[in-house]
Amino acid sequence: MTIKLGVPSKGRLMEKTFDWFGARGVSLRRTGSEREYSGEVDGVEGVELVLLSAGEIPRELAAGRIHLGVTGTDLVQDKLVQWEQKVDPLAELGFGHADLIVAVPSCWVDVDTLDDLDAAASAFRAKHGFRMRIATKYHRLVRAYLHAGGVADYQLVDSQGATEGTVKNMTAEAIADITSSGETLRANHLKILAEEPVLRSQATLFRSRVAKLDNPERSALRALCAQLSLE
Amino acid sequence: MTTAENRAKAASLKARFEAAGAAPVDCAVLQPAEVLLDLYGEDVRTRAFVTSDPVRGEVMLRPDFTVPVVQMHMAEGAEPARYTYAGEVFRRQEDHPERAAEYFQVGYEVFDRESPAAADAEVFALFFETLKDYHLSPVTGDIGILTAAVQGLQTSEPRRAALMRHIWRPRRFRALLDRYAGRVPMPASRAALLSADNPLDGAGPMIGLRGEDEIRQRVDALRKDADTPALPSEQVSLIEALLKVSEACPFALEHLRDLAVDMPAISVAVEQFGARCDAMAERGVDVDTLAFDAGYGRSSMEYYDGFVFGFLNRQQPNWPAVATGGRYDALTRQLGQGKEIPAVGAVIRAGLLVDMDAGAGA
Repeated sequence: MTIKLGVPSKGRLMEKTFDWFGARGVSLRRTGSEREYSGEVDGVEGVELVLLSAGEIPRELAAGRIHLGVTGTDLVQDKLVQWEQKVDPLAELGFGHADLIVAVPSCWVDVDTLDDLDAAASAFRAKHGFRMRIATKYHRLVRAYLHAGGVADYQLVDSQGATEGTVKNMTAEAIADITSSGETLRANHLKILAEEPVLRSQATLFRSRVAKLDNPERSALRALCAQLSLE
Repeated sequence: MTTAENRAKAASLKARFEAAGAAPVDCAVLQPAEVLLDLYGEDVRTRAFVTSDPVRGEVMLRPDFTVPVVQMHMAEGAEPARYTYAGEVFRRQEDHPERAAEYFQVGYEVFDRESPAAADAEVFALFFETLKDYHLSPVTGDIGILTAAVQGLQTSEPRRAALMRHIWRPRRFRALLDRYAGRVPMPASRAALLSADNPLDGAGPMIGLRGEDEIRQRVDALRKDADTPALPSEQVSLIEALLKVSEACPFALEHLRDLAVDMPAISVAVEQFGARCDAMAERGVDVDTLAFDAGYGRSSMEYYDGFVFGFLNRQQPNWPAVATGGRYDALTRQLGQGKEIPAVGAVIRAGLLVDMDAGAGA
């Protein structure tokens, strides 16, 4: 049998992952037509390439359906309860850097810290009759962060895309989202709170702690790790 | 442990509470989330299973019975009243996946104006007696003493309100105390904001629902706050000393009476604690060895505002409390639409007793 390596199926994340493995003598390639999600591995025996959406890779690792996977730390930590028990980070790949941050409208000159956000949320609730809405798709991480920061009187509203636009569209008062350069935030008249980010994320190679390995698979994993100079 | 065993255990506990004089009540599993969810503390609120019904809007699987039972009593209940119930409640367990997300709660709730101390003692003694074969460690506390101390602080009303709001978040409470006492420097961004002639200059376009008037109001509030004198350090020390009180009830009571000499605002609450100790002793509770911890219940029991208690299994440090309860007068006010009634109640997790029964048999 072979061990399965899950890699993001498209875009820059896929290309950079291919480059990272390529630089270490393992060549990953998509095969077939551009729309077909299949791939090939050269340079090491017994490894099968599985192309998946980056968002599904944490779940597949936790279910043990793939042995290795490349995805962002943010996705692993948000989607997997007790992630340390399910996956083992083998290597940070040095790209896909992004911070999960909390941002508020730039015009909120009175809000720069979590302390301010909490006070503003309290006043907002008293005036508007509902909790201040924070749009995000990272519910667990953001909730834990705001809880630790002692912020009350907020509610998380789900936003799976175009989160930066929710404030202007009046569906949220603040957002929590991934940003790398902050350009989209500025373009949407938002500013990042002057606090440590919720999470600093980058593309990372994870090993599933759950996936079963038979002996040939175990040797294949060892050979791959040796080739990648891991451990 | 099986659902059938837990259900049977819950039924027998409920029968016991009925024998103690409570009327059996029940409530729907699906509860309206928009109305009720806000009344729970953060811990329960963020763990409720919320879903949406195309007709009824946002609904949740009941995370407890107390809030719906209070709602029912305030709408139609006669006084005084004693209620009991048994059924499943539902809470997500992301931080403790080993704990059940669906479990049986059996409760006993007392709505009685006569004597709060006697009602507190009645509920505690009933649970003490019901659980006496399980070798659990009871611990008690009193949120009312801490809130009285905060109300008595010599500072501005907004500062007292902010501290009251964060009674249930110990870290934020601590940070606020430090800030009001002038123990931490003002952040540079705050200093710049306060010194600016027109703080909204260059702020960019106004977007979102929070308007310019709200921003200006908060800037004004911050300016006023900056002129508020620092909280005297003796008062901060007294609050700190109060929160450290953790000993057997009679010693805790003496300790708190000493503190009340310098903090007269807590006197009434401390004497209520004293009256409760007497009432519990009359009902046969060994008050001399009963633990009192002034900080107990602060991080997880947000709708309780007076007496609080829990029964812990010290052999199972990872377990939640086997039983918890307390006084929730303010909750009746929030649900009473102008009415209110002193109320106290508690719940047992029947499934944990089943687990202990099985352990004892093995």
